[in-house]
Amino acid sequence: MTRLKALNKSTRNNIIVLGIILVIYVICRILMAAGAMSNLMQGLLVPLCYYSILAISLNLTVGILGELSLGHAGFMCIGAFMGAFFTKCTENSISNVFIRYGIAMLLGAVCAALFGGLIGVVVLRLRGDYLAIVTLAFGEIVKNIINALYVGIDNKGLHISLQDAAALKLAEGGEVIVNGAKGITGTSRDTTFTVAILMLILVYFIIVNLINSRSGRAIMAIRDNRIAAESVGIDITRFKLLAFTISAAMAGIAGVLYSHNISSLVATPKNFGYNMSIMILVFVVLGGVGNIRGSIVAAVILTLLPEYLRFLADYRMLIYAVVLIVMMIFNWNPACIAWRKNHPIKGVLQSVIKKKEGSASGKEGGKAS
Amino acid sequence: MKKIKKVLSLLVISSMVVASFAACGTKKSGETFTIGGIGPITGDAAVYGINVKNGAEIAVKEINAAGGINGAQIVFKFEDDVADGEKAVNAYNTLKDAGMHMLMGTVTSGACASVMEETNVDNMFQLTPSASSTDVLKNGNVYQVCFTDPNLGITSAQYIAGKGLAKKIAIIYDSSDIYSSGIEAAFKVEAGNQGLEIVAEEAFTADSNSDFSVQLQKAKDSGAELVFLPIYYTQATLILSQAAAIDYKPIFLGCDGLDGILTVENFDTSLAEGVVLMTPFSAESTDEKTASFVKAYQSAYNNETPNQFAADAYDAIYIIKAAAEKAGIKPDMSVSEIGTAMKEAIQQISYDGLTGAQMTWAATGEVNKQPRAYKIEGGKYVSAE
Repeated sequence: MTRLKALNKSTRNNIIVLGIILVIYVICRILMAAGAMSNLMQGLLVPLCYYSILAISLNLTVGILGELSLGHAGFMCIGAFMGAFFTKCTENSISNVFIRYGIAMLLGAVCAALFGGLIGVVVLRLRGDYLAIVTLAFGEIVKNIINALYVGIDNKGLHISLQDAAALKLAEGGEVIVNGAKGITGTSRDTTFTVAILMLILVYFIIVNLINSRSGRAIMAIRDNRIAAESVGIDITRFKLLAFTISAAMAGIAGVLYSHNISSLVATPKNFGYNMSIMILVFVVLGGVGNIRGSIVAAVILTLLPEYLRFLADYRMLIYAVVLIVMMIFNWNPACIAWRKNHPIKGVLQSVIKKKEGSASGKEGGKAS
Repeated sequence: MKKIKKVLSLLVISSMVVASFAACGTKKSGETFTIGGIGPITGDAAVYGINVKNGAEIAVKEINAAGGINGAQIVFKFEDDVADGEKAVNAYNTLKDAGMHMLMGTVTSGACASVMEETNVDNMFQLTPSASSTDVLKNGNVYQVCFTDPNLGITSAQYIAGKGLAKKIAIIYDSSDIYSSGIEAAFKVEAGNQGLEIVAEEAFTADSNSDFSVQLQKAKDSGAELVFLPIYYTQATLILSQAAAIDYKPIFLGCDGLDGILTVENFDTSLAEGVVLMTPFSAESTDEKTASFVKAYQSAYNNETPNQFAADAYDAIYIIKAAAEKAGIKPDMSVSEIGTAMKEAIQQISYDGLTGAQMTWAATGEVNKQPRAYKIEGGKYVSAE
């Protein structure tokens, strides 16, 4: 009976979150149609979606599987380049945007998953700090290989080189698609807000279902007590690999959204380096390890914050860092958590309302939460 | 209850978000021109962005004091992009919200490749002071003040062959950087045409740019008489000091990225003696225009010496002024109208600036001007034509 209640509650909660996403989507659409939304915000809508997806997907590894991965940007990078590469190659042969973009999305996700699996087989034998270090190295390797990679296409097929564009020896009419450090430029900008929101909902749906499934419980059992999980017959390697691969695939999806949102794709330390991986980890930690909704909220806030602090000019990143520290303390410091428990939003609201009505007491609301 | 609290907080946040973007709409004033600038003023490439910002501000101040463009004053707004494409688009959108008429940016090539798609859609006039990649010319809507990377590589090779500086050449370049690899690729091809022999071709990346002993040793062992450095000056200072440490004294030749090498803190400038730079601007030049610009810059910004980026930006603002006067644009025209008129006008003007005389523009956006070479002698840039 209690289990049924719990299940219903989580389902109900998920429906609420999906509802909120949809409501925000509709509000944004209305604002855009009315021309009341700033250009900055319109430009940020898609990034908000893919950063949320990244945060959710890393939360699967960090929060649900309980392993620290610092190479998430690497998977995003693979997805981004695979997706953009496919789109560039088939721009003339597949005219239907839905089909082309759909395949690109799938390809990006599958390739990232493939690498996730490949790395996972080797790496998931390690634990804790070791895993973090190896994934960190993986992310850097991916970025550096892509920076040195030259791929061109002509009527004979694909040419690949790690030297330079001239070494591709393309026939007349051939085109260099991945041009080393210059990356891929001129990718068709197929990512729309609608697509991005749909992918966010899809990813959210997959993760939430995974968590509440048999596999999800097995994964969490591994996180909570590895030896106990092994003793009841859970195949540790299999479930770890499953979670890691799904997480990588989702990062790949985010990458495809990213590469089709901005027309020039370059692998720099800024967008696919370890800084980015750490940034995604910050989303997860701030939002709450294992808390999927929290990840989305944190990703949204931390992406908007530096843009809306632009008026501070030179002090922007300084204030951003301070705000980050304050938010971290407010969210996770035990003393702050205790304070918030005694002063809940609902309780404060109630006491305000009650004061207005004449009877002043906010204690009940405080106890209730 | 806990859940309700979370849902509540989510709602509060979402309403905050909605409020924040609903609050700012597009403002537009009919009396002043708003020129936007985008570049890195924080992060690794900050020195370029700051120079561009400062150089442009000096030009704007001068123009406003002299009566503005077509009688209208200029408002210059600069936004940070950390040299990242995604952030540059955000910066562009922020500037658009502030009512920008024309864009003077972006500073770096990678960011420019992202922003040019946006300006293409809006038909916004875009003049970049320093994005030198050929990728930014793809749409034909971006005009450059600086040379393209391949152009720098070709002129460098021609200069070496023309002056007979060396026959055996080593290259040390940053393979992860668009600017550096762009110059290197074109240099290699042109060196072959000019009969120069490239004996060593050593790459490094942004992740390994502090130790160059391996690359230098290879260059030394291969007997290179000249080391070509199509890189930025921060790495070049390290290369010069590490070359001195292994007692390797070839001729060092670099492009405009080396400009600024004499201002690096804690760098022994005697090591830079004899370095040749293919750069269009030198703060040491005795030219009257340059001297007055350097003086204005130093008095405005704590006695700092402007580098080529500042000069590019200063020129860029004056080029915009010249083209705007030719086109006869007014601030109450729409962005797209201004864009069309400016594109036509810039191809008809010829401009004499700090970074070149008689600069003209092709329809592709590429600038046509004479390259210049300088040599460092006695801690100063001396013309090496």
